[in-house]
Amino acid sequence: MERPFAITLDVGSSRANHTGSWRVERPVYVDRLPPCNDACPAGENIQRWLYHAESGDYENAWRTLVEDNPLPAIMGRVCFHPCETACNRAQVDEAVGINAVERFLGDTALAHGWSLPAPGPATGQKVLVVGAGPAGLSAAYHLRRRGHAVRLVDSAPRLGGMLRYGIPAYRLPRDVLDAEIARIVDMGVEVGLHETVTDIAAAREAAGADAVFLAVGAQLGKRVAIPAGDSAKVIDAVSFLHQVADDDPPLLGRRVVVYGGGDTALDAARTAKRLGATDAVIVYRRNREKMPAHAEEVEQALGEGVTVRWLSTIERFEGERMVIEKMALNAEGFPEPTGEFEELDADALVLALGQDTDLSLLEGSDVAVADGVVQVVDSMMTDVPGIFAGGDAAPSNRTATVAVGHGKRAARGIDAYLAGRVDERPPRHALAEAGRLNTWYYADAPRTERPELERIRRQTNFEEVIGGLTEDNALFEARRCLSCGNCFECDNCFGVCPDNAIVKLGPGERYAVNYDFCKGCGICVAECPCGAIEMVPERI
Amino acid sequence: MTEPTATRVHFYQVGSFAVGNRLLSADDRTVQSNPARTNSIDSGHRACQGCGEALGARYALDAAMRATNDRLVAVNATGCLEVFSTPYPETSWRIPWLHSLFGNAPAVATGVAAAMRVKGRDDVRVVGQAGDGGTVDIGFGTLSGMFERNDDVLFICYDNEGYMNTGVQRSAATPPAARTATTDVVGPEPGNVFGQGKDLPRIAMAHDIPYVATATVADLHDLERKVEHAMEMRGARYLHVLVPCPLGWGSASSDTVRLARLATESGLFPVFEAEHGVVTGARRIRRRVAVEEYLRPQRRFAHLFSGAGRPDVVARLQAMADANIERYGLAPDEGE
Repeated sequence: MERPFAITLDVGSSRANHTGSWRVERPVYVDRLPPCNDACPAGENIQRWLYHAESGDYENAWRTLVEDNPLPAIMGRVCFHPCETACNRAQVDEAVGINAVERFLGDTALAHGWSLPAPGPATGQKVLVVGAGPAGLSAAYHLRRRGHAVRLVDSAPRLGGMLRYGIPAYRLPRDVLDAEIARIVDMGVEVGLHETVTDIAAAREAAGADAVFLAVGAQLGKRVAIPAGDSAKVIDAVSFLHQVADDDPPLLGRRVVVYGGGDTALDAARTAKRLGATDAVIVYRRNREKMPAHAEEVEQALGEGVTVRWLSTIERFEGERMVIEKMALNAEGFPEPTGEFEELDADALVLALGQDTDLSLLEGSDVAVADGVVQVVDSMMTDVPGIFAGGDAAPSNRTATVAVGHGKRAARGIDAYLAGRVDERPPRHALAEAGRLNTWYYADAPRTERPELERIRRQTNFEEVIGGLTEDNALFEARRCLSCGNCFECDNCFGVCPDNAIVKLGPGERYAVNYDFCKGCGICVAECPCGAIEMVPERI
Repeated sequence: MTEPTATRVHFYQVGSFAVGNRLLSADDRTVQSNPARTNSIDSGHRACQGCGEALGARYALDAAMRATNDRLVAVNATGCLEVFSTPYPETSWRIPWLHSLFGNAPAVATGVAAAMRVKGRDDVRVVGQAGDGGTVDIGFGTLSGMFERNDDVLFICYDNEGYMNTGVQRSAATPPAARTATTDVVGPEPGNVFGQGKDLPRIAMAHDIPYVATATVADLHDLERKVEHAMEMRGARYLHVLVPCPLGWGSASSDTVRLARLATESGLFPVFEAEHGVVTGARRIRRRVAVEEYLRPQRRFAHLFSGAGRPDVVARLQAMADANIERYGLAPDEGE
C-alpha cells in the first residue's frame, strides 16, 4: 500500500486502545426504593405513576396507580400521605404534593369514565368478604382481578364502611365515594347489604366460600365512666358521625364538647360546628405536640373556629355545666392531675376516645384475638386456614390507607392459599436516601398548594374543604418528583463521561456502560441526580 | 375558592441543568444528549480518569460541529489534549485536526482560515485550541496577533491552571497559593504567588474582538450556547473554558464536574460573556459557597488547611472571589 513520505503505519483509531483495563471500580446502574413508595401503606408505586403524570399521560399514570389502589379519588382526599412525610424533596424545598396529584388523577379518571382493569379469568373459587370499608373494597377489587368470585357483605345499608360513616362529607364528598365504589362493584362483585355476620364459620358455609376476608373495622366507640346527670347529653363520636352520615343528625345544642385528641375528635368537632354549634370545644388531656391527630387536620379545625382545652380531663358533666381538671405533664411526658378545676358551659358531650372492634362473630372459632384485634401473619391469614383479616380489625394504625394495603395483601395471600402456594413477597430494593441525590440538577420549584375553601364558607356547610389541582399545576407538581433511586433518563451520565463510554439505549431503555473504554472515574455516579448509579470494586 | 397558585408551565424537573430531558423538544436539548453527536474525541484516548479537558473539548467541538453543519477544522497547540489524543499512529479525532507547535496554534489557525478563504470555502470554519500554557504563556504572542488582525477563528482555551502533561508546572493561569512542581509550599507565602498571572479573558476583551466568553464543564447548556453564538459570528472570538484536572489539582476523578461547579458558585471563576470589549452577560451564582468548599477537595491547596491552616491566605482567595462577584454582578438573584 502507498503511504506518504516518511509514514510507515496507516492511521489507526484510538478505539484500538481499550482503556477499560485501567479501571479498579466500575459504575453499575441500580434501582433503589424511593422513600414515598417505601412509606405508602397501600404499597403504591408512587414514583412510577408520577413519571407518567410528568409527561401529561394521566391515563397511564392512573392505570399504574390502580394496579395497587382502586380508590385514588378517595385516598387523594382522606389519606394522611406518609409518602409526603418521607419525600426527599422536603430536604430541597418542600415535599412533592403526591396526595394532590393522586386526587387529580382520581378525579380525572371519574370525569373521563376510565374503567378499572377487567377481572381475571374465572378460577371457580369464591371468597366471602365481611365488611365493605376500604379494606374490604380493596380486597374485593384485587380478588376479582385474580379471577376469584367475591361476595361482599356489610351490616350497613350502604357500602363504604368508615369511609362513609366515619369520614365527614366535607372531607370526602359522597359522589366521589359512590363513584369509586361503583367501579369496583361493576367488576362483578356480589353485594349483600344489611347482612350482619354473627358466626364466621356459618357464614363461610352459607356463602360456599373457599376463603374469608374479615374486615369488620372498629365500629364501637370507647366509653369512659364520667359522672353525668340524667339530663346530660352524651354520645360517642362514631355514633354521632354515623347518624350525620345517615342524614339523621342528633340535636346537640349550641355548646358541644368533644373529648379526645385523635382525628375522630376533630371530625366530630368540625361536624358539630357545621351543624350549628356556636362553640365546639375539644378537651384533650395532653398538649398539642402529643396530640395523635394529624397536624394539618388540627390546623384546619382551629381555622374553622374549633377551640381546644389542652391538658384537661373531664371530671363530671351535670346538666349544662361541665367540670374539667387541669393536667400537667410529668417528666416522662404523661399527664398528671393537678387538683385544679374549671367549669365549662356545655349542652352535649361527644366521646372520641378511640374505637373497639366487634369480634363477636368469632366466638366459637379458633381465630386468635389479642389486644382486641385479630392476630394475623404476613399474608394476613389468621390461625384458621382460609380465614384472613385486615383493616382496623387487625393490628394497624387504623387509617384508610393501611386498610387498602391490607386488602391488597390479603388478596395476594388468599390467592396463594387457594392455589396451594406459599405467598412470597419479592425482596425490596435498598432505600434511596437523600444523601445519594445530586440535587443541583433539579430546578427550583416550590410546592403548589391546593386552594382551600374560604374559611367562612366551611363553617356552615359540608362542602368540600380542600380544592383540587388544575391540570397545569398537577403537571407542575408531578414534575417536582426527584425520581429518587431510579433512572429517569436525564442523559447526565451519557453527557459527562469523558470517555464516551455510556451507551444511550433509547427512550425507556435507559443506558449501558461500555466497559471496554470506561476508566472508572466515577463522574457519572457523582453527577447522577437521582443516585441510580453506584461504583463497585472491580474484580482483580 | 381562593385563586389557584400561579403555575410555571416551562418547569421540566431538570430542564435547565441536566444534560437531557425526555420532556423537552428535540430543538431544546443539548448536543451532548443526542446519540448522534459527533464525539469529536473518540473513546480510547489516553487522558487520565476524570479528565476535564477531554470532556470540555468534546462539549465545545461537538457543539461547533452542529453549529457549522460539520464544516470544521480544528488546530491544536501542543499540550495534554494533543498528547493524549494522538500517540502515533492512533488518533482520537473524528474531525479534521491539525497540530504544529506549542506556540503557534493561533497563527496556524489564521493560516487555515486564510487558505479556506482563498479556496472560496467560506463555509468551512476554523477553531484553534490549546491548554492554558499554550494560550496564556507560550502561544500568547501569536494569539494576540490573531486577535489584533481579527482573523476569523474561534480560539478555545481549555484552562486546567498549569502545565499538567509535563508534570504539573506553574503557568500564568495557575491560581495564587496553589502548589505545583515549580511553586512548592515553602516559606511564608507557600505555593504560587499572589499578584501575578494573566487574566486572559480580560486581555482578549482589551483587543475589542467581537466575542469573548468564559464557561466551565459544569454548565453544559451555557457552554453549548456560547459556542453556537460564537459560530454565528465572524472575526476573532475567544472562549475560555475551566477544565478541572484530577492529576494536577490532586482531586478525586469523580469530582471534576463538581469542582468546576464550586469554582463558579464560589465566584473564583466568573462565567460571563462580552462583545467588542463590553460585558454583555454573566451567569449568576445559584447556591453561593465559600471558597473553602472549592479549595478543600484539592490537594494543591492542602497546605492551607493542614495543622493550624492558613486562614489568612484563604481570606485573600475569598477576597478575590468577592471582587469577581462585585465586578461581574454574580450575586444570586434575591428575587428567587
